[in-house]
This record gives sequence, structure tokens and C-alpha cells, in this order.
Amino acid sequence: MTDNDESLGIFAGTLGVARRDLLLAWKRPGDILNPLFFFAMVATLFPLAVGPSPEQLEFSGPAVLWVAALLAMLLSLNSLFLSDFEDGSLDQMLVSPLPLSALALGKTLAHWLTSGLPLVLVSPVVAITFRMPFSVTGILMLTLLLGTISLSLLGSIGAALTVGLHRGTALLSLLILPLAMPVLIFGARTVSLVAAGDGVAGGLYFLGAYAVLVLSFAPFATAAALRISNE
Amino acid sequence: MDALSMGGYGAYVWTCFMLTVVVFVICEWRARLRHRRVYRDIEVRIKALGDTQ
Amino acid sequence: MWKFIHKLASPPHFYRLAAQIVPWLVVPGLLLVAYATYAGLFLAPADYQQGDAFRIIYVHVPSAYLSMMTYMIMAVSAGIGLIWRIKLSHAVAAAAAPLGAWFTFLALMTGSIWGKPMWGTWWEWGDPRLTSELIMLFLYFGYMALRGAIDDTVKADKSSAVLALVGAVNVPIIHFSVEWWSSLHQGPTLVKKGGPAMDTAMLYPLLAMILGFSFLFGALLLRRVRAEVLFRERRTRWVKEMVLSGGT
Repeated sequence: MTDNDESLGIFAGTLGVARRDLLLAWKRPGDILNPLFFFAMVATLFPLAVGPSPEQLEFSGPAVLWVAALLAMLLSLNSLFLSDFEDGSLDQMLVSPLPLSALALGKTLAHWLTSGLPLVLVSPVVAITFRMPFSVTGILMLTLLLGTISLSLLGSIGAALTVGLHRGTALLSLLILPLAMPVLIFGARTVSLVAAGDGVAGGLYFLGAYAVLVLSFAPFATAAALRISNE
Repeated sequence: MDALSMGGYGAYVWTCFMLTVVVFVICEWRARLRHRRVYRDIEVRIKALGDTQ
Repeated sequence: MWKFIHKLASPPHFYRLAAQIVPWLVVPGLLLVAYATYAGLFLAPADYQQGDAFRIIYVHVPSAYLSMMTYMIMAVSAGIGLIWRIKLSHAVAAAAAPLGAWFTFLALMTGSIWGKPMWGTWWEWGDPRLTSELIMLFLYFGYMALRGAIDDTVKADKSSAVLALVGAVNVPIIHFSVEWWSSLHQGPTLVKKGGPAMDTAMLYPLLAMILGFSFLFGALLLRRVRAEVLFRERRTRWVKEMVLSGGT
């Protein structure tokens, strides 16, 4: 086998795992819809708690949407490796000739497509209720797009570390939330700045650079964590 | 007495220094306690093994 | 060289050596801290802006420094343990985490107490250093929670090592993003802690305090690692022989 074939094989492995997870998600749409409902409900809680004052809602909109998105991502992370761990597919992946990091990347890709991307697509609907102008909504979607990629990748490390521990989402949140804070800071603050009429480039560059950085180490960390968790 | 009042900030300054001492003492005490517990457990186990032989 | 490292890292050798080193850290540590406390509280002149409240930095800055330093020690030794499979370095990482959390807590408390007379509030979100320390505390909590959740020591060592390394990559990014976040905040003008142009009569006690804290911290760490090593080696022959002969 030449080098070219080999890299094609790895690529196909990543996509194969992703396709399988997407098919599974298609058959159980609840897994995709539940985090979305959760997202909408958390976003509803804030106006109810704060009061219906339009200025306040407009002001807190970016923060509320970002926090709700972060929590919704966390909610879906817990099950990332759980079903594979329970039905033995994870053992198959561990003995597969393909590098585990490539397969883990495939899992993460599927996770992002089933939880990150739907959040990005649904966010404008929720944003309208916070009186967010369309130009700002576009930036919100862009920050969520870049931010959820980082969150999926970081989250896959946490999910791999806690798989099989049966400690639930609380432990996973404790591991992931401190690491996710830069994403939240830059995501939410960039949207607020745009809403206040400031420039956006810096925040978006950061989110993009951070996504690339996390992409460069997260698949390997996830693979290492999966091996350790299944020893 | 004047030096202790720290120009009116005495309560804040002395609380901080006291707190530091407390943290050091707690850390030292926890380390000793853990060592003593582990040591005692080992002693008990060795003794139990010796008795059964 | 390798032989030397392996001998040093062998648990029985380390266990005995650490006990001998501890007094050599405690004595200079206590002397330095005693000098720095006296000089910092009574000899150094009061700050022209902050008055005598600035003296809180003599415990705040060293504990903040140790809280960062400990995370690095933890991550580096966890990484060494993961890569070269040296058992002792996992014990160091396990022993360092609670100490780091305690010093982060101390830095937060003293920073907050310093803030009350300076800012008029116990907590100021606009200060990036306090916020960074808070996130640091959460990082320690996460690390210790993961360790606590895994019963098997070997597995706990490796899993928490992966987390510590990922955390170490993130620590500088967290600091940078918190700095950026607070720089946008046009709040009340805050009095800055320390400042670049510090009088030497103020600076020397601070340096002595940082050094003294480091010595005492080293002693605490060695004590904790000894307890950790004893626990991990509890079924080995050398521990049994040592306990039977009444050694500590």
C-alpha cells in the first residue's frame, strides 16, 4: 500500500464513523431534538427571570444565547461514547488497524453535525425574540459556528475521559466548562460588541484560531483518553 | 499600637496574614494526617497477616 | 544520567531522601518568611496611593504565583508520568493538586480582602487576575474530581494526566481571553496591584516572601508525595520491612 492509499484509508475511516453515527442519529431524532429544545427553554428562562424590559433583553441577548448554546452542547456530550461503550463498538474501534484518533475525529464530526450545526441554524429564531437585528444575528451564527467546533472537540476529550464512569453530566461539566471559557468569552463578547456598533474581526479571528488549535490536539487526546478508559 | 492598626486597614491586612498561616497549617496537618493513616493501615495489615500465619 | 534519574525516582530511595530534604526547606523557608513578614509589615513604607492596605500583596502575590506554578508542576510531572511511565511523577501530580487548590483559594481570598478597601467591593469582575484565579480554582476542582471518580490508581493517574495536559495548553489562552474580556470593560478606574515602579524597600520583602513560600511549598509537596508513595507502595516488600523495623 502506498502512502496515498493509506491516508485515503484513514480519511475514509473518519468519514465512515461519522456516517454511521449520523445514520444512528437519523433513526433516533430525539437525540438531536432534545438539546435544541433545551437550548430554546434555557433561552426562555432568562426573560422570565429578568423581566420583559426590551432594553435589558436586547442587552443580554448575546450572552443568554451563548450560555444556552454552551449548556446544550454539554448536554449532548455525555452520550458521545456511551452507546459505543455499552454495545462493544468501542472495543472494535480500539483494535481497528486505522488510527484511533481518526475514528475519534469522525465521532466528533458527527457530534458537531448533530448538535453544533442544528444550534447554529436554530439560533436566529431564538435571537429574534431577543430583538436582535439581522446583521448581528449573522455574526451570532458565525461565532456559534466557529465556537461549537471547538466545543465539540474539547467536549470529546471530556466525554472520552468520563466514559464508563457513570458519574453523569456533572463531572463532565466540571471538566469541560473551565476549558470552554475562552470560547464563551470571545463568542458572546464579539456579538455584544457588534450589537454596540464595534468591529468584529478580532473575536472571529480568535475563535477561528482556537478551533484550529483544538483540532490539532483534541483527536489525539481523545484517542489517548479512550485507550486509558478502556484498559 | 499604631503600627498594628495599619493606618486603618489593620483588619484587612491582619486577616490576610492570619488566613495565610491557617492555609499553611491546614496543608501541613493534612499531609501529616494522611501519612499517619496510611502508615497505620499498613501496620494493621502486616499484623493481621502475621497472626494468620 | 538515566541511571541516576531511575535511582532517584525509585520509590524507596525517594521516600528516604525526601524525609532528609524537608528540614532543609523548612528552616530557610521559615527564616525568609519571618524576615519578609517583619520587613513587609513594619519596615517597608506605606504605598502613597493604597496606604497600608498594599501590604496584603506580600501574601497575595506569592500565593497567586504558587497557584500558577503548581499547575505547571502538576502538568509537567503528569506528562512525564504518561510518556516515560515513571510512577513517582504521577504521585507528584496527585500530591500537587490539592496544594494548588489551597493556594488558589488563598490568592482569591486575599485578593478579595484587598479589593474591599481599594474598590469598595469584595469582588470586582473587572479585575482579570481575580477572574483568572477563579477559573484556575475550577481547573483544580475538575482535576481532583476526575481523580476521585476513578477507583483504579493507574487509570486515575493516566486519565487525569491527559486532563492536566489539555488544561496546561488552555491556561495561557484562558489568561489571554480574560485579559481581553476585562479590557473592554470601561468600569471604575481601578488601583493596580503593585505596579512596575516599586520601591526596593517594598520589593525586596516581596521577593523574599515569594522565595520563602516556594521553600515551604516544596516541603509541603514532599510531605504529601511521601504519603502518596507510601500508599501506592503499601504492598511492596520494602514498605513491609520498613514498617516492621519501626522506620518512618
